[in-house]
Amino acid sequence: MSFTEILDRTDISRLVETIAGTSTSQVEAVLGKAEVNFSDFLALLSPAGENYLEEMAEQAQAITLRRFGRVILLYAPLYLSNVCSNSCVYCGFNVTRDVPRITLDIDEILSEAAHLKKWGFGHVLLVSGEAPKVLPVARLREIIQALSLDFPSLSLEIYPLSGPAYAQMAEAGADGLTLYQETYDRQVYASVHPRGKKRDFNWRLEAVERAGDVGFRRIGIGSLLGLNDWRWEGIALALHADYLMKRYWQTQITISFPRLRNIPGDFQPAYPVNDTSLVQLMLALRLFLNDAGFVISTREPASLRDHLIPLCVTQMSAGSRTEPGGYRHPVQEGAQFVVEDQRWPEEVAAAILKSGYEPVWKDWDYVMHEGSEHADHHKRDVQGSV
Amino acid sequence: MSKKPQDSLVIAGRSFRSRLLLGTGKFSSSSVMREAVDASGSEIVTVALRRVDLENPQDDMLTALQGGDFLLLPNTSGARDGEEAVRLAKLARASGMDPWIKLEVTPDPRYLLPDPVETLKAAEILIADGFTVLPYINADPILAKKLEDAGCATVMPLGSPIGTNKGLRTRDSIGLIIENSSVPVVADAGLGAPSHAAEAMEMGADAVLVNTAIATAEDPIRMALAFKQGVEAGREAFLAGIPTEGITARASSPLTGFLRK
Repeated sequence: MSFTEILDRTDISRLVETIAGTSTSQVEAVLGKAEVNFSDFLALLSPAGENYLEEMAEQAQAITLRRFGRVILLYAPLYLSNVCSNSCVYCGFNVTRDVPRITLDIDEILSEAAHLKKWGFGHVLLVSGEAPKVLPVARLREIIQALSLDFPSLSLEIYPLSGPAYAQMAEAGADGLTLYQETYDRQVYASVHPRGKKRDFNWRLEAVERAGDVGFRRIGIGSLLGLNDWRWEGIALALHADYLMKRYWQTQITISFPRLRNIPGDFQPAYPVNDTSLVQLMLALRLFLNDAGFVISTREPASLRDHLIPLCVTQMSAGSRTEPGGYRHPVQEGAQFVVEDQRWPEEVAAAILKSGYEPVWKDWDYVMHEGSEHADHHKRDVQGSV
Repeated sequence: MSKKPQDSLVIAGRSFRSRLLLGTGKFSSSSVMREAVDASGSEIVTVALRRVDLENPQDDMLTALQGGDFLLLPNTSGARDGEEAVRLAKLARASGMDPWIKLEVTPDPRYLLPDPVETLKAAEILIADGFTVLPYINADPILAKKLEDAGCATVMPLGSPIGTNKGLRTRDSIGLIIENSSVPVVADAGLGAPSHAAEAMEMGADAVLVNTAIATAEDPIRMALAFKQGVEAGREAFLAGIPTEGITARASSPLTGFLRK
């Protein structure tokens, strides 16, 4: 059964109404528990739960330390193209926006990658818009193969692919897929995605399942916070992550918390999410989903990111440029979103250390890319030296 | 008082004085990790191959572990099946590390529970290829015997799932493994306090492996020392012969006293 069925038969709006009446004593009863179930999670997410953020933070910290330790995994996005046929109202790559459209060729991509490698990144996220014409599957394959010589972990954040196409990506050496549903509410989804292939809600939602079916090792999900009531989205995220963790039990599931902040153009989010709500959402999800990786990107300002480190974050991007080619030639034009945390990767790493955590640049290995060009390359080395 | 005979842990013909093995993940920095290793007195320190860059002489973790009086034991953490574990092991050997491998095949990233079928398969392949294999397993006495028969140098049953700090929840099964094993038994995973480590040693485990409880303690260096002492106390108690617990109270007048009248 696909998650679309679970989503469609769950009355999330009714759950949101119900938890509006959750009492403080109900929240307190949950705080003493070692295992937080779904209804406990709802209590933590409730308006009453907001009064217990400190208690929740203490538990979230303890859980995250036990499971992940005092470490933060660092990654960097590499934007391949800002060409996009969609018209997401909140996005800088929106087809109707008059910005220079750039698609990097292999040499340009390798040159961007050289910067990331020099800074120490082992984990890279390849990003593009809905651009199957300029970045068809065969092209993506070539790019992954070329980069897998330099990075032990490559993830994709690109337009949804078919199952066989995901299989080709995995074979070429990609191990992760990040794909935000943006919002799990079909009506809101339709209103913010007026044109393009992205209008197909189910095609997007089921993409992570197609990737899970072909053995992707890491799957990242997320709601774009600000498009819809964050409690509604939090419930959907909890259900989605729980579903994925049970069905793809060999895959690491991560949740990102992208928040609409400074957007190119004149879009204003209908449901702005403040820091307190963001923290409550993260803490409630952590108490329910002890084993999910939690990701905070450079969309958030440095000071907030630093404060979130000891709560429940496990991964952070650093030094990000969100315009294609931006590592070699930083420009603001043609960026997907405004990067708030503008620190250099080494500055972010220093801040992580200062918080009492170790920045980790490599947590995967080439030889784990089964059948990939790069694994073969390394295998030759290994066999040659035996 | 006579001098105590040397009490060594012997794995594959190699002697170690310390019976505490240390994992190097989850520490707040490589320097804290190294200080904890030193404080623990550990002579076998395990490092995840996926975390280190063997081709990079400046690798942070490997640099921090240089110049120590301990065996660096690479592990295959993250391997989803036997084949991946074998590839990782060969990578380590090819880079010049000792051909010793802590075999971990943990297909689920949530509880990191070991896959018995793939572990046995990988162990057979690696042993045939000349590796000294120390497999991480669930506390399954039959699997332990099969791995021993296959030629593993130790068996490393878990006390409870990695990182849970729950202690020896598999106590009875570990007891059976200790009773029946002719290779060293290392209690691995889930030991959250020095008392858990002492408990394993009192039962007759040959050694314990600890990581999370030390790495995530408020003061990892002090905790490393506490585990060292816990392991030593447990070992001494085992060697001293722990008196068995009384099961019932003794009747004040013997029930069979009349027989002697």
